[in-house]
Amino acid sequence: MSRKTAVKLGNPQAIGAGRAVRHGSMTFNVVNTMVLVAFTLIIVIPVWNVVISSFASNQSLSEGNFIFWPKALSLDNYRSVFQDDQLWHALLISVLKTAIGVVAHTLFCAVFAYPLSKAYLKGRKLYSAMGIITMFFSGGMIPTYLLIKSLGLLDSFWVYIIPALFSYYDVIILMNFFRQVPSSLEESAKIDGASEWRIFRSVILPLSKPALATIALFHGVAQWNDFMTTKLYITNENLYPLQMRLYDIIVRSQAASDMGNVGQVILDTTSRGVRLATIMITIAPILVLYPFVQRYFVGGTMLGAVKG
Amino acid sequence: MQTSAKSMPRATHPESGRVARIRQWWSQFVYQWQLQAMVVPGIVFMIVFNFIPIYGLVLAFKSYTVVDTISSAPWVGWENFRIILSDKYFWSSVWNTMGISAIKLSLGFVLPIILAVMIYEVPWGPFKRIVQTLTYLPHFFSWIILGGMLINWLSTNGLLNEVLNFVGINASSNYLLDADKYWGIAALSDVWKEAGWGTILYLAVMAGIDPSLYEAAEMDGASKIRRIWHITIPELGTMITLNLVLSVSALFGSNLDQTLILMNTQNQPKSEVINSYVYRIGLTQGDFSYATAVGLGVSIVSVILLVITNVVSKKVNDNQSVL
Repeated sequence: MSRKTAVKLGNPQAIGAGRAVRHGSMTFNVVNTMVLVAFTLIIVIPVWNVVISSFASNQSLSEGNFIFWPKALSLDNYRSVFQDDQLWHALLISVLKTAIGVVAHTLFCAVFAYPLSKAYLKGRKLYSAMGIITMFFSGGMIPTYLLIKSLGLLDSFWVYIIPALFSYYDVIILMNFFRQVPSSLEESAKIDGASEWRIFRSVILPLSKPALATIALFHGVAQWNDFMTTKLYITNENLYPLQMRLYDIIVRSQAASDMGNVGQVILDTTSRGVRLATIMITIAPILVLYPFVQRYFVGGTMLGAVKG
Repeated sequence: MQTSAKSMPRATHPESGRVARIRQWWSQFVYQWQLQAMVVPGIVFMIVFNFIPIYGLVLAFKSYTVVDTISSAPWVGWENFRIILSDKYFWSSVWNTMGISAIKLSLGFVLPIILAVMIYEVPWGPFKRIVQTLTYLPHFFSWIILGGMLINWLSTNGLLNEVLNFVGINASSNYLLDADKYWGIAALSDVWKEAGWGTILYLAVMAGIDPSLYEAAEMDGASKIRRIWHITIPELGTMITLNLVLSVSALFGSNLDQTLILMNTQNQPKSEVINSYVYRIGLTQGDFSYATAVGLGVSIVSVILLVITNVVSKKVNDNQSVL
């Protein structure tokens, strides 16, 4: 891995490891801990408030008056959300676009990164120059929209997958990783008469699982969270993923409360519970998976920071 | 002439100079056709999805209607840019973008540095990891999720009013309907989302600091604060400058996801930013050429800003570029 950055990077989750505990003053430690606890609570309390509100009964929601625990709990919000066929459909679209998108994106980037990891590849400078240009320049919203339109991808499921196949940022991370694979392994495969494609598939890919997992996770979150693609290119509601469904629900109820119509109050509180439950369903995969995969995200960010 | 034994199938021809070099290059290129074939999909992708839209920027100098193609639309020169100058809705979106960015970038730049130093100073590993895990979390929320949460927190019987009532302040307003509060809401929510995640690179740099520096300072009787000020902060210098340059050049950057979810009819005069203006003019009203011109103009100003801040930081930073 070539390191051009002058900065030495370590693993931020291992800071302090191997270093003798520095004896600071007691006051410093106490104040430091208290401020950090306060900051963490500023993150945690609002999120908890949303989580528990989604389980609150409609009456407790309209009465308000709680921060940590509502007067009455109920599963009504979830019940009415799960009765909605549109939500199930949106969930299916979200799962499909994330699953297909992750596999396609990771493989597509890896196939491009492998030849570029070879210093003797002819035209390598041109290819990587093109890649770097894509990181800094883009045509912007309107020209991209016209391109998608002329490719016939408007209102097509594939608009979620195809334009998201490639990211040069991810190519750099993979390229750096592929370079670390000992060349003796490839050479012995070559002597056995393996083609480059074969080496890539049966030597490089199996050895690069950590890097591939990092790319897959980042792209997975991006696909799951993406709403702009739908907003820009999709009008067919059957292709709405969860994020877009949630956006629709929120914007509609906002418009209702905007009017300040008294008649809306009852309707509005029911939909507030529904909104909260939909938020929780949309965020659930991230909340559940996050503690287990967090280290990949941290590691991946640093791989990207050490530019190749 | 350079020869690489590995990829040279034939002996070089007797010609000398450029012709021979091109031939050699070509024969090596052909020899590694398997690798070259693997490059093709990526190159095709970049040409179609990156370079064609860049070419599409010529729209800014044309008058495009739905019946035209990009190349057949008639040229109008600088006409679209002339209109921008007197477009008061555009300038109001610029003003909002700058206002939100100014709050967001100043806080969003300083807070991660302070947080990272504080996390670094925690002597007990498990506590450190809990703080890191929990503060990184909001980075993974989409803006639609966070927008939905914000609307709840800031509504009449939402969390903010509950907390204010709890500490004895009587409050029951819906803050998102108050246009004057929008800049603060947009900026602070962004800082809330990204401050924790922003510590990662600082922590990574600090993990590489030589511990003997601290030991020596401690031996000399330097207090904790002095050790942070004279060792930790200077070691973070390059990373801080890098983030500063990137922050300043993001002055005209705006968050379309955030704006689309938080905007309502009441706060629109304060919440319309450049991106949402381009979106509205281009995709909702169909004025593609004008919207492209607005987007292009703002990108060019941003690039100029980036170059200037980089030059300035180079001067300050002993002629070392951080980019």
